[in-house]
Amino acid sequence: MSFSLASHLQELDDLIDREKARGGALIPVLHQAQELYGYLPRELQDYIADRLDLPQSTVYGVVTFYAFFTTRPRGRHRVGVCLGTACYVRGNTKNLERLSQELGVCPGESTPDWRYSLEVCRCIGLCSQAPAIMIDKSVHSKVQPDQVAEILSQYE
Amino acid sequence: MTREELERIRAEAKQALEARDMTTLPEGELKPPRPGEVRVVLRNCGQIDPTRIEDYIARDGYFALAKALGMSPEQVIDEVKRSGLRGRGGAGFPAAQKWLFARQAVAARPAPADGSPPAYLICNGDEGDPGAFMDRAVLEGDPHSVLEGMTIAAYAMGATQGYLYVRAEYPVAVDHLQKAIPQARKLGLLGKDIFGAGFDFDVDIRIGAGAFVCGEETALIDSIEGRRGEPRPRPPFPAVSGLWGKPTSVNNVETLANVPQIILKGAEWFAAMGTEKSKGTKTFAIAGKVKNTGLIEVPMGITMREIIYDIGGGILDKKKFKAAQTGGPLGGCLPEQYLDTPIDFESLAAAGSLMGSGGLIVLDENDCMVDVARFFMDFTQDESCGKCPPCSLGTKRLLEILTRMTRAEGTPEDLLTLEYLTQNIATTALCALGQGSVNPVVTTLRHFRDEYEAHIRDKFCPAGVCKGMFHYEILAECCTGCGVCRKKCPEGVIRGEKKAPHEIDQPNCIVCGDCYKACKFAAIAIRPGPTEKSRRAAHKTETPQG
Repeated sequence: MSFSLASHLQELDDLIDREKARGGALIPVLHQAQELYGYLPRELQDYIADRLDLPQSTVYGVVTFYAFFTTRPRGRHRVGVCLGTACYVRGNTKNLERLSQELGVCPGESTPDWRYSLEVCRCIGLCSQAPAIMIDKSVHSKVQPDQVAEILSQYE
Repeated sequence: MTREELERIRAEAKQALEARDMTTLPEGELKPPRPGEVRVVLRNCGQIDPTRIEDYIARDGYFALAKALGMSPEQVIDEVKRSGLRGRGGAGFPAAQKWLFARQAVAARPAPADGSPPAYLICNGDEGDPGAFMDRAVLEGDPHSVLEGMTIAAYAMGATQGYLYVRAEYPVAVDHLQKAIPQARKLGLLGKDIFGAGFDFDVDIRIGAGAFVCGEETALIDSIEGRRGEPRPRPPFPAVSGLWGKPTSVNNVETLANVPQIILKGAEWFAAMGTEKSKGTKTFAIAGKVKNTGLIEVPMGITMREIIYDIGGGILDKKKFKAAQTGGPLGGCLPEQYLDTPIDFESLAAAGSLMGSGGLIVLDENDCMVDVARFFMDFTQDESCGKCPPCSLGTKRLLEILTRMTRAEGTPEDLLTLEYLTQNIATTALCALGQGSVNPVVTTLRHFRDEYEAHIRDKFCPAGVCKGMFHYEILAECCTGCGVCRKKCPEGVIRGEKKAPHEIDQPNCIVCGDCYKACKFAAIAIRPGPTEKSRRAAHKTETPQG
C-alpha cells in the first residue's frame, strides 16, 4: 500500500480551510484527514503542519498522543475487541485470542490481504451487553469464542 | 421564540408523541424502571425520539430555560446551590460553586475588546471510565436535555460559547447531537437573544480522540485547544483561566442533564432526595457478574446490596459475591462488609473508593483481585499522559510488580514496595488520574491481602485466573459421574465411567476451565500448582494486555 497525498488533496485543502477559521483546528483536521486517507503517515502530518502553521513536532506529538489516530494503514475492516472492565471479566480475552488465531495476526496488526485489522479498543460503553466486539461501526454483543469465525465472515 | 410559542409547540407535540409507538433504544439497553428507581436524568431515554426536538418539548423540554431566563443569573446559581447538586463526573464539586467562581472571574476582568466570548462553558462527555455508559445513554437518548442544561449553566456563569466534548467511540451520540444543535438553533433556543432575554449562546461539538486523561478538566481544555491533553497545575483554576485563558466552567453530562429539572421543579424537590451531603439521584451502570446488567437511576444513599441484589437480581450462576468495583480505574474494590453502607460521595471515599462516574462492576469468586489490580494498572499506565514522573514512572513500576505477581514471580518485598509506591504516588501526582491510579491496588491490598500472599508465598491463584498458578481436581465425594465434563473437555483428558467419580489426567490437562464452568455440582475444585502443560503454556504466551 503506497501513500498518495494527491488522491484526496482537494478535499483535504477544503476541510483545512473550513476548520482553520475556528480555534483549535488541529484535532478536527486530523479526524477528517484520517477519515479521508485511512491513516496519518508522516507525509500527511507534515502537509497538515505546513497548512496550519504549526511545527511538525506539534502535529506528530498530537497524532501519537491520542489512541484514535494511527500512523499505519489499516485493513478494510477494523475489528475492535473491547477490553473494558465489564468485557474483561466476562471473558473477552478469550475472544481476542480466538480472533488472533483465526486472522493469524496479533492485536495492532492487519491481515496481509488488508481485509481485516485487529485492535484492542477502549471501552465502547456496551458494558451491559458484554463481551462486545465492534467491527467498523457495527456492534456484536455477548460474543462467544465459537461465534467469532462466523462473525468475521460477514465482512468482505 | 417566546414562551407562548413554546407552549403551542408542546400542545401539538404531546398529541403526536402519545400517538406514536416508542421503541427507540436497542433492546436490553435501558429497561423500564425497576422498583426503587427514580428517573430524573434518564427520564426521557427510551420515551422520546432523540432526533426530534418536538418530542423533547412535549415532555416540558426548554421550559426550564424559559423560566431561568426570566430569573437573574444570581437567582439561577442560588436555586442550583440550594438543590445541593454536585458534579456527577466523579469529584462531587458543587455545580453552582463552579458557576459562581467563573461569574466572579468574568466580572473581575474587562470585556474582551475583540468580540470574543467573555467565558466558556464546556460539557464534559469524555466518558472514559471502562464500565460506565450513562453519559452515552443520555447523549444518545436525550441530547436536548444536555443542551438545555448547558444553556442554563452558561446563562448563570456568563458564557456565550459552549463546547460539547464527546468521545469518538460514541458515533451515535455524535450523530444525535449533530441533529439536535441545528434544531435548537432553528427554533431560537440556541443562538442570539434566546427567549428575547438578550442572552446569546451557541454550542460547538468537539470529538475526542481516545485519551482517558482528557476527562480531567484541564487536559480536556488542552485537547479543545488542539494540543496533547496534559493536566495543568492549579491554581489558576479553569473558572479563572481556562479555555484560551478565559473563565471556563467544565461540567459533566449527567450534572447538566439534572439542571433543567431542578429549575423546573425547584431546589426543594431535588434536595428532598438523597443523603445529607449528596442530594438527588445518581445513575449507575451495573455490569460484570450480575444477573440484570444495565443502567439504573436511584436516589443517593441507597446501599450496594439493594443495587446488586434487589435491582440487579443477584450474582450470576449462583456464585459467591466477592467485591464491587466502583469508580472505574481510579476507584476501588469493596468487599462484602460494605454491602450495607449507604452510597454517597463521602461514604465511598471513606471506604477508599470513589463514586466516579457511576460504574459498578460486580466481581465473583472467580475473579482474581491481583489480576483485577493489574488490569486497572495496565489501563492507567497506558493512559498516563507522561507529564509528571510520579504517575508516568510510578504506574509503570506498579504494573511491573503486579504483572510479576500474576506470573508466579512475586517476592515478599514486592508487597512492601507496593505499599510504599502507592502512598507516594497518591500524594505527589499532579492530577486525579495519577492520584487515583493507586486506588485499585490500595483497596485490594487492604481487603484481599490473603490473595496477594497466596500469589507470592504459594504461587497460587485461588480464583483460578492467573495462568500457570493452579490446576483443577475432581472431588470424588461430590462427583455424580454425569459425564458433562468429560464431553466438554477439548483435550479428552477426563476419564470415568457413567455414574462413577471422574478423574483428570493431570499431566496432559491444559487447565482451560471448560470442565469447571460446565460442572453443575461444584465437584471441580481449584488447587495450587500448575500442570505440566499449563506451566509450559504460561511461559510461552502472555495474556493480551488491555
